[in-house]
Order: sequence, then structure tokens, then C-alpha cells
Amino acid sequence: MALSRLSSRSNGIARPFSAAFNRFISTDTTPITIETSLPFTAHLCDPPSRSVESSSQELLDFFRTMALMRRMEIAADSLYKAKLIRGFCHLYDGQEAVAIGMEAAITKKDAIITAYRDHCIFLGRGGSLHEVFSELMGRQAGCSKGKGGSMHFYKKDSSFYGGHGIVGAQVPLGCGIAFAQKYNKEEAVTFALYGDGAANQGQLFEALNISALWDLPAILVCENNHYGMGTAEWRAAKSPSYYKRGDYVPGLKVDGMDAFAVKQACKFAKDHALEKGPIILEMDTYRYHGHSMSDPGSTYRTRDEISGVRQERDPIERIKKLVLSHDLATEKELKDMEKEIRKEVDDAIAKAKDCPMPEPSELFTNVYVKGFGTESFGPDRKEVKAALP
Amino acid sequence: MAALLGRSCRKLGFLSSGHGARRSVSTETGKSLNLYSAINQALHIALDSDPRSYVFGEDVGFGGVFRCTTGLAERFGKNRVFNTPLCEQGIVGFGIGLAAMGNRAIVEIQFADYIYPAFDQIVNEAAKFRYRSGNQFNCGGLTIRAPYGAVGHGGHYHSQSPEAFFCHVPGIKVVIPRSPREAKGLLLSCIRDPNPVVFFEPKWLYRQAVEEVPEHDYMIPLSEAEVIREGNDITLVGWGAQLTIMEQACLEAEKEGISCELIDLKTLLPWDKETVEASVKKTGRLLISHEAPITGGFGAEISATILERCFLKLEAPVTRVCGLDTPFPLVFEPFYMPTKNKILDAIKTTVNY
Repeated sequence: MALSRLSSRSNGIARPFSAAFNRFISTDTTPITIETSLPFTAHLCDPPSRSVESSSQELLDFFRTMALMRRMEIAADSLYKAKLIRGFCHLYDGQEAVAIGMEAAITKKDAIITAYRDHCIFLGRGGSLHEVFSELMGRQAGCSKGKGGSMHFYKKDSSFYGGHGIVGAQVPLGCGIAFAQKYNKEEAVTFALYGDGAANQGQLFEALNISALWDLPAILVCENNHYGMGTAEWRAAKSPSYYKRGDYVPGLKVDGMDAFAVKQACKFAKDHALEKGPIILEMDTYRYHGHSMSDPGSTYRTRDEISGVRQERDPIERIKKLVLSHDLATEKELKDMEKEIRKEVDDAIAKAKDCPMPEPSELFTNVYVKGFGTESFGPDRKEVKAALP
Repeated sequence: MAALLGRSCRKLGFLSSGHGARRSVSTETGKSLNLYSAINQALHIALDSDPRSYVFGEDVGFGGVFRCTTGLAERFGKNRVFNTPLCEQGIVGFGIGLAAMGNRAIVEIQFADYIYPAFDQIVNEAAKFRYRSGNQFNCGGLTIRAPYGAVGHGGHYHSQSPEAFFCHVPGIKVVIPRSPREAKGLLLSCIRDPNPVVFFEPKWLYRQAVEEVPEHDYMIPLSEAEVIREGNDITLVGWGAQLTIMEQACLEAEKEGISCELIDLKTLLPWDKETVEASVKKTGRLLISHEAPITGGFGAEISATILERCFLKLEAPVTRVCGLDTPFPLVFEPFYMPTKNKILDAIKTTVNY
């Protein structure tokens, strides 16, 4: 492969590389065609082709970013156990392919809105590790100024609308964003992500009906990791074919552990949504951790199942095999990359630990628009400042 | 962080209803149980005593996220204790229908923060069913249980206290226990009450509160408040987990010579106005404390009613020590909460008015 000098990352996650890596990282955009592992299953539409256009740079990018996401989530696990992260922490490891494949297919003008398993999506949208760890630990430098926590990451300049705690509530919001995009003729789409548990919420169908009625560029993405907290999908849903749930809305079932399948599906969905209206994507994926850090994840599924998926379908392993088979890097070089990533994550954690907590006065800010709300102090409310318009 | 530590250390052995207890059950001994075990016992008894009662909600089959429903599915079968999909509106609506056919539907909403999709069903369907059908139909067999309240690290959506929303709805009852023994008796009363009831369980106390709970079937009447500590200088009214904090403040105030009377409201709707009125007529001062935000909280209703009834007997304005008017915060929880010191401050200010 042509070995040329390093150029800066193009996916928004700027990161310096040590000189040792200059040798093999290719800035080649010579196309590589990858076949997805499984064909797509379609509902009311023609499935896209299994051949995905990619490049050596993209392949290495995928590996690096997914390894970073994986490392970040594992580090968050340790921080939670060390009680530096409190509250609730829902980890995404195993599902990285969905975040990375989606990013590869869209621009920062397209909006993404998701539920509480949002750390990796935030990173994919251009968030930095420092912002992630600061927010998780409730520090000022966090993306939501330390006031949101694990479940409420937002990034306005990349059209990432968060980060929502209430299951299913983000889907009607996503359709509203799509409406705005269409109204403003932005030629952009909205990806509203939800899980297999949320798929049974009524508000989802309300939002779907409205989107279909008004031809909104809304793409509903069901990240089906087969367990709604502890409930297996077959025990919660009469029809676990979530891509068909739209009935009159077309759908596509995608292997969510294959980043290229995800990329192809999202590209297809974006084109469809801009032209014809809403579409549902079902990502068949899996999470290795439990629902959240309070859930061991082994009371409702066997350890064999988890390790089986890890061995056969792990998204990072898949990319690694592709990188090696296309001779883009050697095993050792990839291991070195992983070591770099580990160090980067550790540095970000150390930096975040040094960051201060928000000021106590922040408790009262942003409840309303500044100057138009009430503030209360003192148990007998002697000092109450109310400035209403 | 000290405030958090203090909270995590509180044990509730002393909250047993002692002084002049009106319930014989309060002097009985039993097994030492925590809150979730007491509730579990109540559910076992309820399902045992009425073959037409059902327990359902998200994840109740294996015992529930707080273990309140352990052993029920094994003992009574999957036809009576079953899991539902993730749809609060559907679950409550389904419960209303089941209750309308004469069954006892014991619905679990996993966290009170998630009860809002079901709000329409509770307010518009459950509360008004008997009224609008001219007593032809009713859903009195409906009991909705939900864990509520702060837990130290719950953040926006695992700590809310929504009782005030429901106290504004004629047609339902709202009940909040303070301890394991109370919870078992109150829950059994709620299940057997011929009106729809919303039962909020202080999730903080699920493991923390340990008390002697009689093993037999007993009920504690609804709409009867209890004076759990007698005093002469000021009346304090509260419910649920907040009572422990208030009791600590009372003990501190006693050291300064202020004798406090503490009342557990137990039932918020319809609430026992007479007991509180009698107490305030004796002491002349009232302090109300709850975790929910102060504006529009249930303390406002108590304050207004007592003002109407006891105006001439009041020595000082009614004080409310409550959560602040912000969304329930994440890292700021110790500042948001109505802590012992805030209550103590208010007691002293009121007494020295």
C-alpha cells in the first residue's frame, strides 16, 4: 500500500499521531469494496446492494474510532465502580458499529437524537474525550456543563440533540426536528434512535404516523440489542420484526455489528427520507454490558451467549480482520494503536478529574430564560427574587 | 459530600410509632424487615386473600428492580403476576379495565418519574369513572405503586416526587408510607379500598429502613394522620422518607429547648385535616416539609387549609421547607434537598418570630 505522510483526521475527532505511525497509515482514498456480512431484509422497499464503497483510510478510521469508543466505555465502567461517576451509566460497548457506520454516511447537518446510551454517539458527532469524562463525573467542562450527566450529552454545533432519559420520548422530538429541516429546506435528515424496549411505546407510533402523513425526512433507527433492560424482545413484543412495525412505512433490517452494513443502510435511508419520507432501520446489535452499571447483565442471559457474540460478531474484530486482510497495517501496529488509545483515554480522565465541579449558583441557572424566572433562597423563602416579564 | 454521607447513615429504628399510638399493631412485635420485604409481604397477603387480584408491571416477574415482587410469580403463577412491555400508558389503562370488571389490579410503575405517560389515564379515566357513569362502573380495585423520591444519586429521572400532581385530582387517593410497618398496613388498605389509589413508596427506604413488622394480615386506615412525636411549641407535618430528616431536626431542636410535634400525614388525598388542625391549635406554629419543589407542592394546600381553620391561633406564618424550584439536579442534590439544618433553621425562625 502507498505509505504517505499523515494528514489530519477528517471525521472531526482531531488527534495527533506519533511519528512511528506515519509509515503505514494511508491517506489513500483508493476505493476498497467491502461486502456486508449479511444481506439486507427489506419491507416495502428494495434493499440496497451488499457492496459498500469504502477506502483504506476509512477502514483504519473505523478501527481507530471504534477502539476508542470501546476503551472509553470500559474506562467509564471502572470510573463508575470507583464512584467517580455517580447516578446511572449506560454503556454502549458492542454497539459501536452503529454509531460509526451512521456517522460515515451522513454530515454534521443531519441531526441525530437518541436515548440514554449516548456516549459513543456523542463521540462520533465530534465530541471530545475530555467533554465526555467531565460530564460523566459532573464537572464544569462537560458538554452539558456537568448538569446533565451520563444520560444527557448534547452537541448543538453537530446537530446532536441528545441524550434522553425517558424511554421513547425522544422519537416524537426527532420527528419534530425533521419537520423543521424540511420546512427550512435544509436537505438534511434526522436519525431518531431508540431501543427494542422503547419500540412498544405509544408515542413512537404517533410520531411515525405524523411523519408518514407529512413526508418528513425522519429515519427511525431501532437499535435492537434484544433486551429491554432485563426483558428479552420475544417477551415484550408480539412482533419482534421492528423494521416491519411501521406497517405502511418502509423498513430495512441491518446487521448492526457490521459497520459497513450500517453505513450502507444509513446512506440508503438518507436518500429515501429526502425523497419519499420516513423509513425505519432495525439494527441487529448487542451490548456486552448490562442495561446500566447497576445491572450485571447475566441474570437474564447466559454468559455463553455474551461470549458467543463477542467471538463471532464483535464489530471491532471484524474491522481488524478486514484491515489485516487488506494489508493496511500489521498486528503489531494495530496493537500499538490500541496502546495509544488507552493512553489518550487515561490522559483525558486525568484531565477531567482535575476539573472543578459547577458553581453552586449553577443550581438555579437555566431553569428559565435568564431574568424571567424565580430564585429561592433560605428555608423561609425570605429572599425570593422574581422577575417576570 | 457530608450531607450525602449523613443521609446514607440514617437508620430508621426510632421511627416506630410510639407515643400514644392508636393502633394496636404498633406495639406488636414481628420479624425485622426492610421496606421492600414488608411490601412484598403485603403483596403476598393481598394475592392470597383475594383470588381475583393481579400484580403486573415492567419486570415484576423476577421480583422487580427493587425486589418488591419477589416470589409472587412462583407462588401465584404467571397468569396473576406478569410482566408488561414498556408502556406506562398502556399498563395503567389496562389496569383500569381490569379493575372495572371487579378485579384488584395492582400496577407497578417502575419509577414515579415514568408515571407521566399514564397521567391521562389516571386523571381522566380512573379518577372519573365512577362519577361519569353514575356509579354503574368503577375502577376501585386499581392500586398503582411507584417508587418515588431522592436516593442520593438519582438525578433528574430517578428522584422525582410527583405526589402534588395527583393530589389535585378528586376521585383518586394518594398514600405515602414512612416505614416498613406502615407500608405493609397501608398497602393492604389501599388494595382493599374501593377507590383507585396511587401509592408512592420512598425508594430511599427500601433497604435503609428496618423495623419490626407483624407477620399477619393487618390494615392501617387511610385518611388518618398520626402524631408520631408529641410537643408543644411547633407542629411539623411531613410524609414518607422526609420524616426521618424531620425527626432528626426535632431532636436537635429539643436540645435548644424547643418541643416539636411531628405528624405523619400518611394519606395525602384525602388528608386528615382534623388531626393537623388540633395540633396547630395547640402549638400555634406549623412547618411543612417535602422533597418536591416548593411552588405548588402539597405543602401549599396544607398551609392554606390550616390558615383558614387556625388563623387566630397562629403565632407565626406557616413555613414550608421543601425542594427548590428547579428540576431535580444531578451534582447539586445536597443543595436542593430540604435538609435537617434547613428545617432546624426554620423551626428556630418560626419559634422566635
